[in-house]
Amino acid sequence: MRILLFLGGWLVKAALILLAIVVLNFCLVRLAPGDVATVLAGESGAADPDFLARTRAEFGLDRPLPAQLATYVGNVLSLDLGVSYRTRRPVADMVLERLPATLLLTGAAFLFALVVGPALGVLAAVRARRVADSLITVAALVFYAMPIFWVGLLFILFFSVTLGWLPPFGMRSLIPPSGDLARTLDIARHLVLPALTLGLFYVAIYARLTRGAMLETAGLDYVKTARAKGLPEWRVVTAHILRNAMLPIITFAGLQAGHLVGGAIVAETVFAWPGIGRLAFDALLQRDYNLLLAVFLASAVAVVLFNFVTDLLLRLADPRIGAAGR
Amino acid sequence: MSFWQSFLRNRGAVVGLAVLVAVLLLAVSAPFLFPFDPWDTRGAPLQPPGEGFRLGSDMLGRDVLAGIFHGARVSLFIGVVSTVFAVAIGVVVGAVAGYFGGIVDDVAMRFTEFFQTIPSFVLAVLLVAILTPGLASIVIAISVVTWPPVARLARSEFLALRHREFVEAAVLSGVSHIRIIFAEVLPNALTPIVIMASLMVATAILTESALSFLGLGDPNRISWGYMIGAARAVFRQAWWLSVFPGLAIFVTVLAINLVGEGLNDALNPHLRRRTSP
Repeated sequence: MRILLFLGGWLVKAALILLAIVVLNFCLVRLAPGDVATVLAGESGAADPDFLARTRAEFGLDRPLPAQLATYVGNVLSLDLGVSYRTRRPVADMVLERLPATLLLTGAAFLFALVVGPALGVLAAVRARRVADSLITVAALVFYAMPIFWVGLLFILFFSVTLGWLPPFGMRSLIPPSGDLARTLDIARHLVLPALTLGLFYVAIYARLTRGAMLETAGLDYVKTARAKGLPEWRVVTAHILRNAMLPIITFAGLQAGHLVGGAIVAETVFAWPGIGRLAFDALLQRDYNLLLAVFLASAVAVVLFNFVTDLLLRLADPRIGAAGR
Repeated sequence: MSFWQSFLRNRGAVVGLAVLVAVLLLAVSAPFLFPFDPWDTRGAPLQPPGEGFRLGSDMLGRDVLAGIFHGARVSLFIGVVSTVFAVAIGVVVGAVAGYFGGIVDDVAMRFTEFFQTIPSFVLAVLLVAILTPGLASIVIAISVVTWPPVARLARSEFLALRHREFVEAAVLSGVSHIRIIFAEVLPNALTPIVIMASLMVATAILTESALSFLGLGDPNRISWGYMIGAARAVFRQAWWLSVFPGLAIFVTVLAINLVGEGLNDALNPHLRRRTSP
């Protein structure tokens, strides 16, 4: 019953957020100089009258604004996001075929960050004020301050150009190896550098957060009780301190979902990773606004789903949440 | 202990402040040390760092060092100005929410949550692209996507102060709401907001560099992110084109973060005791 309530509430919230984003999209197009048709046709100025006329008709530009908004929302709800000015293909299709690559990249980066970050934070907290702590704290400060695209370029220079260990760009080799396992390994090899690049920034954040939360929790009375009743130290750290210290990290991870998708644009651009981020960059170069708006919508959907997952995780980690209502 | 005493006890913060002053000097001295347009060709293209060009030249023979000096102006300007705007938006939304409470609070917070949920960098890219790239559109985009945490912070501060005696006294003596918010409550809520703002400058500089890396920088002003983005095609042959501007971004952002943490420790002594026993 409780889970149904949670699902229902989440669905309502997700629907409202998505509706708001569609309205925001509509407003954004109107912010631009010129009318919708010229904006969607791009800045090249070479828009053909046929496209302009079709777009004006599609948006009903002669009708009052609320009617136009209603048409737009209706179109989006029926998954009709319009066509790309450049390729003449429906932008929804273009985004959908690129989405798996982005989910793979962001998912890998997120998992990496969520495992390594807290682990380093725990290590730093357990060894507080010793060498390991200082090293981890400095490393976290450093990766927190480096632009993602720069980290990516340095990785390519070091791991691909100098050492020749890992492929510098793309998702598959030009001639993919035969066999399922070999092909999966090929993708995995291509995934390492972009996922590391995107993930390290969050490793830094989670490590700092975990360290702080661990030290804060370690001083609480129930931890003293656990120690006093003679539990081994590793049990105290994992079962008593870490479990509570993880809560702010999961909450924060949920809040950061949108940020992760933004980082993906940059990482995908650096590594020519064929996801929606790279698609957004290409759309940007060609001033293909319709495609850009679709990418925005798709990434917003991804974020809402992601928030759902972190909400679920939070409930698993802390049964108190949701048990007593709010 | 005075503010300066405790700030100066933090070694990281002092180093950060020194670096920050140095970056400020770069920005101020750029027009005097390099009194030419950093977009101008100054010699042979793709020269490695050495006699002619201290930090090398790019594919059009532009001086990387001059670009770094002039780029400091853009980074610092955008970092500070967009933070000022973001703080202004955040404080107004948060103050109104926390001060009036009730339905106003609900509406303002749903609005804030919405902006926190949407993918902020993607929105910034869209905004700059649609408003056409330039200093103004970059500042607008960055402040539109970074104000929500300020609003949350300001709201919680206002909630805590709203029912204190001095506020109730001001309400009773008929002072207008606007005066109470800005002249009575805000000064008392300022410390944590200033700390958050100092860290936001660093984020804003990172965001600006990513935007101009993607080609969304102001086309008339050279910036560090632009230099790296423009050199992407040749970065294997000419490492200095991406390494030096990236180093400039990294060092500046790191310095600001260190100063921000120093401010936090110095202004919030009881928080420090909590996080690092």
